[in-house]
Amino acid sequence: MKLPLFRIGLVTTASFLPLSLLLLVLFLVVYSSPAIHYNGIHFLWTNNWNLGNLYGNPVTVHGQEVMPGARYGIWFLVVGTLASALLSLLFALPTAVGTAYFLAESLPKVLSGPLTFLVDLLAAIPSVVFGLWGYALLIPFLGTSVFPWMAKHLDFIPFLGGNPGSGYGLLTSAIVLAFMIIPLISATVRESISATESTLKEAGLALGLSRLEVFWHIVLPKLRTTVIGVSILALGRALGETMAVVMVSGNALNYLPRNIYTPISTMAAFIVSQLESALQDPTNMAVEALAEIALVLLLLSVVVNLLARMILWLAQART
Amino acid sequence: MENPSVLPVRRLRLSVRRRLFRVAGSVFVVASFAVVALAFLSIIGDVFYKALPGLNVRLLTETSTGIGGGLKNAIEGTLVLSLGSLLVSTPIGIAAGIYLNEFGSSAGGKVLRFLSDILVGVPSIVLGYVGYITMVVYLGWQFSVAAGIITLGIMLLPYIARTTELALNNIPQAVREAGFGIGAGEGTVILRILLPGALPAVMTGMSYALALSMGETAPLIYTAGWSDYMWNGQFTKEPIGYLTYVIWTFINEPFREAHILAFSAAFLITLVILLLILGGRWIMVRRLRRMGAYR
Repeated sequence: MKLPLFRIGLVTTASFLPLSLLLLVLFLVVYSSPAIHYNGIHFLWTNNWNLGNLYGNPVTVHGQEVMPGARYGIWFLVVGTLASALLSLLFALPTAVGTAYFLAESLPKVLSGPLTFLVDLLAAIPSVVFGLWGYALLIPFLGTSVFPWMAKHLDFIPFLGGNPGSGYGLLTSAIVLAFMIIPLISATVRESISATESTLKEAGLALGLSRLEVFWHIVLPKLRTTVIGVSILALGRALGETMAVVMVSGNALNYLPRNIYTPISTMAAFIVSQLESALQDPTNMAVEALAEIALVLLLLSVVVNLLARMILWLAQART
Repeated sequence: MENPSVLPVRRLRLSVRRRLFRVAGSVFVVASFAVVALAFLSIIGDVFYKALPGLNVRLLTETSTGIGGGLKNAIEGTLVLSLGSLLVSTPIGIAAGIYLNEFGSSAGGKVLRFLSDILVGVPSIVLGYVGYITMVVYLGWQFSVAAGIITLGIMLLPYIARTTELALNNIPQAVREAGFGIGAGEGTVILRILLPGALPAVMTGMSYALALSMGETAPLIYTAGWSDYMWNGQFTKEPIGYLTYVIWTFINEPFREAHILAFSAAFLITLVILLLILGGRWIMVRRLRRMGAYR
């Protein structure tokens, strides 16, 4: 029998993909295990990130060597990550669905092609350029005129009153994140609108509904599962987004948002902004604690992603 | 004057609610597109306008000095890192794509698809941090080209695998049967018949992947580091500069020259990425016009 050389070569080369993922998870778990031992599970909901006295002598707690007074609680990161991602989804979802309808249903072919491409190009703009835009254009504009006006005139809505801050914070992060995930949601929704049977749409039109009413009463309810699935996928993207958030969130430490303008930080942004100071810790526990945050972020985005794919898969299986 | 034999035109009277829905809905739909388009144009316009004073030949001929100078070293670094990562990930990604499409229904194929889907969802900063603790610290490579290239390469793997899979999926089954029918083996059919046919679509995917890797920052911050000098050809123990680093650090410097440099870097990177996307689209459109080799 001839040895299936091609098949062996193919499988060997292809196996680097799963291998890299497994090694990644393995390394992260092993590297952060001292921090997991030291912090326990409650570090998720305690709000105290403190590297301890970096000039003291290391002490041994629970068999782990740490600096005196070191505490690693990341509740403010959990809140910041979830709040910014959910708020961005709140902005992005209606806008993206509106955009998708506009591009798919209300334009002549000549126009819809180029305009669709324009929205797709938004997805290609790098995260750091979004951050630069937020930092240089949005923050001065929002921080000096829009936020103070909102805080003054909309303070009857919970979380919209109070100190409008300087422009860095939760609301700005959510706005920038929203523009990053709109193209993603919009592209999927647009495609499923086009893929909906035209007989359904025609039946609605024949009953005297306008195109918009057909979309709202017939097409959108049919696409519900797809919309939910792609929203969760976008949520996963927003949870792990780094550079744009680092540049516009204000990078708060141990600080829970009081209103929508408060500076925050997210897990991803925190890893970028804190590694340099974590390296000052001679026991290396701070770097390991950051690895633990990376592990939590990894688990969170994997769970969210799998959930989204399952829902999208269900949506496909049903049609 | 009126002709009694003609029936009077009966107009449908809409309720106030429906009329309100139509008006408000139309306004909302147009406004949401306008907001998205405005955001895109304002990003491009803002970057271009603020980069304008810095766009001169010095960008290409001088290295950066930390707060000013040019971008020669960063441009070189971005090219080295993104082309390098593409080189690392292309063979693996294409092999995985072939496996997914040709043997995807087997148990191994299902596992591969599942793990590939998970890898897409891993945030890029997590990849960067793992690159840091493994290659930079554990293997002792320090901030280096190799650590940056491998980290970026892993990020690109699932994208290349996915586009290869889709490209192969578009080739009719009959083409495979024809190949096997004239006695070609599995390897010959895939490498000599299927891959050349899928090449335009794979190329499109690769130009998107290149654009993706050029715009990334988070996986590189703690793997590639930063350097004010040109790359000396060393793969380990030698940090390298790249354009996206300039954007997020130089904008925080208090000097006007540094800000202009940050916007120039953003302009260059956005321009190249948009060109890559347009180029990829062009390859795709040209292929569709020719209707490909197998249609």
